[in-house]
Amino acid sequence: MTVLLLAEVNKGELAVDATAKAVTAAAQLGEVTALCAGAHAAAAGEAAAKLDGVSKVLVAEDPSLDHRLAEATAALIVSLADGYDHIVAPATTDAKNVMPRVAALLDVMVISDVSGIVDADTFERPIYAGNAVQTVKSKDAKKVLTIRTSTFDAAGDGGSAPVETVAAPDGPALAEWVEDKVAASDRPELTSAGVVVSGGRGVGSEEDFKLIEALADKLGAAVGASRAAVDSGYAPNDWQVGQTGKVVAPELYIAIGISGAIQHLAGMKDSKVIVAINKDEDAPIFQVADYGLVADLFQAVPELTEKV
Amino acid sequence: MKVLVPVKRVIDYNVKVRVKADGSGVDLANVKMSMNPFDEIAVEEAIRLKEKGVATEIVAVSIGVKQATETLRTALAMGADRAILVEASEDVHADIEPLAVAKILKAIVEEEEPGLVICGKQAIDNDMNATGQMLAALLGWSQATFASEVAVEGENAVVTREVDGGLQTIKVKLPAIVTADLRLNEPRYASLPNIMKAKKKPLDAKSPADYGVDVSPRLEVVKTSEPAERKAGVMVGSVDELVAKLKDEAGVL
Ligand SMILES: Cc1cc2nc3c(=O)[nH]c(=O)nc-3n(C[C@H](O)[C@H](O)[C@H](O)COP(=O)(O)OP(=O)(O)OC[C@H]3O[C@@H](n4cnc5c(N)ncnc54)[C@H](O)[C@@H]3O)c2cc1C
Ligand SMILES: Nc1ncnc2c1ncn2[C@@H]1O[C@H](COP(=O)(O)O)[C@@H](O)[C@H]1O
Repeated sequence: MTVLLLAEVNKGELAVDATAKAVTAAAQLGEVTALCAGAHAAAAGEAAAKLDGVSKVLVAEDPSLDHRLAEATAALIVSLADGYDHIVAPATTDAKNVMPRVAALLDVMVISDVSGIVDADTFERPIYAGNAVQTVKSKDAKKVLTIRTSTFDAAGDGGSAPVETVAAPDGPALAEWVEDKVAASDRPELTSAGVVVSGGRGVGSEEDFKLIEALADKLGAAVGASRAAVDSGYAPNDWQVGQTGKVVAPELYIAIGISGAIQHLAGMKDSKVIVAINKDEDAPIFQVADYGLVADLFQAVPELTEKV
Repeated sequence: MKVLVPVKRVIDYNVKVRVKADGSGVDLANVKMSMNPFDEIAVEEAIRLKEKGVATEIVAVSIGVKQATETLRTALAMGADRAILVEASEDVHADIEPLAVAKILKAIVEEEEPGLVICGKQAIDNDMNATGQMLAALLGWSQATFASEVAVEGENAVVTREVDGGLQTIKVKLPAIVTADLRLNEPRYASLPNIMKAKKKPLDAKSPADYGVDVSPRLEVVKTSEPAERKAGVMVGSVDELVAKLKDEAGVL
């Protein structure tokens, strides 16, 4: 079996954690060729070549692939699809944008957010916000999958796969990039952080969200948020954890002023240790927490920040 | 410009989902069903485009069981003009896969010739996040997924997207597919008079055969199981106790 893996490339750089976790899943299926695509992707290609389990790297550099617009990226993958049994990517927003398009062009179903690989045709994935796990067996000739990275360990490095360049196919330019609004941050990336501190509606304002951030910084943690905190403008959209946000599984997840709606739990209940701080002792978050503290966050969080 | 909005009937997001004991699926008999929340946002966006004079007509489409008529009536009560029901199954437990849905939608798009299709980003039952992208592929159109802002400017739509790193703005050529994310807008509630009026709005009933689409699934569901249960731990009485537990017991500090 052969696998084409769309590596996660951001502005020419390999997103190592997401890619390495998808490599672990892909390597269970067969021999992995990693594709690094972008306006600049050579450096990412070199980084991907070092991942254990990658046996070949393809680098596609073309202005049309800048910002990984779905149309051009999907056309590239389809042009390479012959000879691969599986086409795989980590379930990032970029890949969720591209992979269903690839699948439809190949007339196959996409299998999103795969959390377990049973065999080459059979996969597990969460449905209903993680309230159920479905095992599906694909009847399609090619399998197009995105991988839920939080359930796979990252592949190590030490490999030295050969790197080849490939050309991007010509196609009509249907979409054009205008701008990115990306906040620069020194904090660890949410989906790969060992510790995540998240705040919810209970935090009450953007200003008070600094309490959450201060605790996170003391712990060297990433900051997360509930949908309610994002909708209320306390936190940016890319901090949202949950069914429709990011899925995280850190060693330690601290939920502060978050009630524990199922849609939020969907994004964090695989964390190793969960701490909940909430003033309502009946908050559902306590049902999944390893350590629960019933307290006013405005007292407990500064105290915790001081004492850790 | 005509706007097409596909709306899916799904289990209400507040309902506690129960996996059937025999592993054959999730129990959907006698549970509250609603319009997929992302599709409410999509309908709302279409209505706002109409209120701005950009959209001229809004057509809501649902593919599924006959009961999806209720979902379409909700869309009509919110402000859609017309609806198409494609009855693709008689079994409330059957889920039509995104690829088949996209194929039916493609045929409808070819008939209706909308300038814009606004889907939800994700159905909260199958959590696939695929249909809009698949439809765009089949039509050879551009796609602007996970939209938090949509502005139609002449031949283009300028769309801000919620992505892992923050926000990305792209410009896509119309006709195009947009998929709605949570923060695109806050959907309105249908007023009682509008609910009454919606009963008189046109609703066409079709079948997949009318569009020459085979809806048989590509993915065979082998089983559906409960996720690994997480047990509640202990309550601590103070911050000091919490810090001690995290250090000594959990070893995570
Ligand atoms: C389609 C759809 C998708 C969704 N996707 C997501 C998702 O991806 N992620 C997500 O998080 N949600 C998601 N939601 C929303 C979800 O249903 C909940 O509404 C949301 O998670 C609630 O956020 P919250 O816990 O911050 O707010 P609330 O439920 O309002 O809880 C606030 C909590 O703060 C506590 N509190 C208040 N003041 C204090 C204080 N001073 N000290 C301590 N505690 C305090 C309260 O006791 C309460 O428990 C989605 C919903 C829908 C319909
Ligand atoms: N059966 C259906 N009928 C109408 N629209 C659908 C159907 N399935 C999916 N959609 C649309 O596609 C979006 C994404 O669904 P999915 O790809 O299943 O996550 C939904 O929010 C709807 O807008």
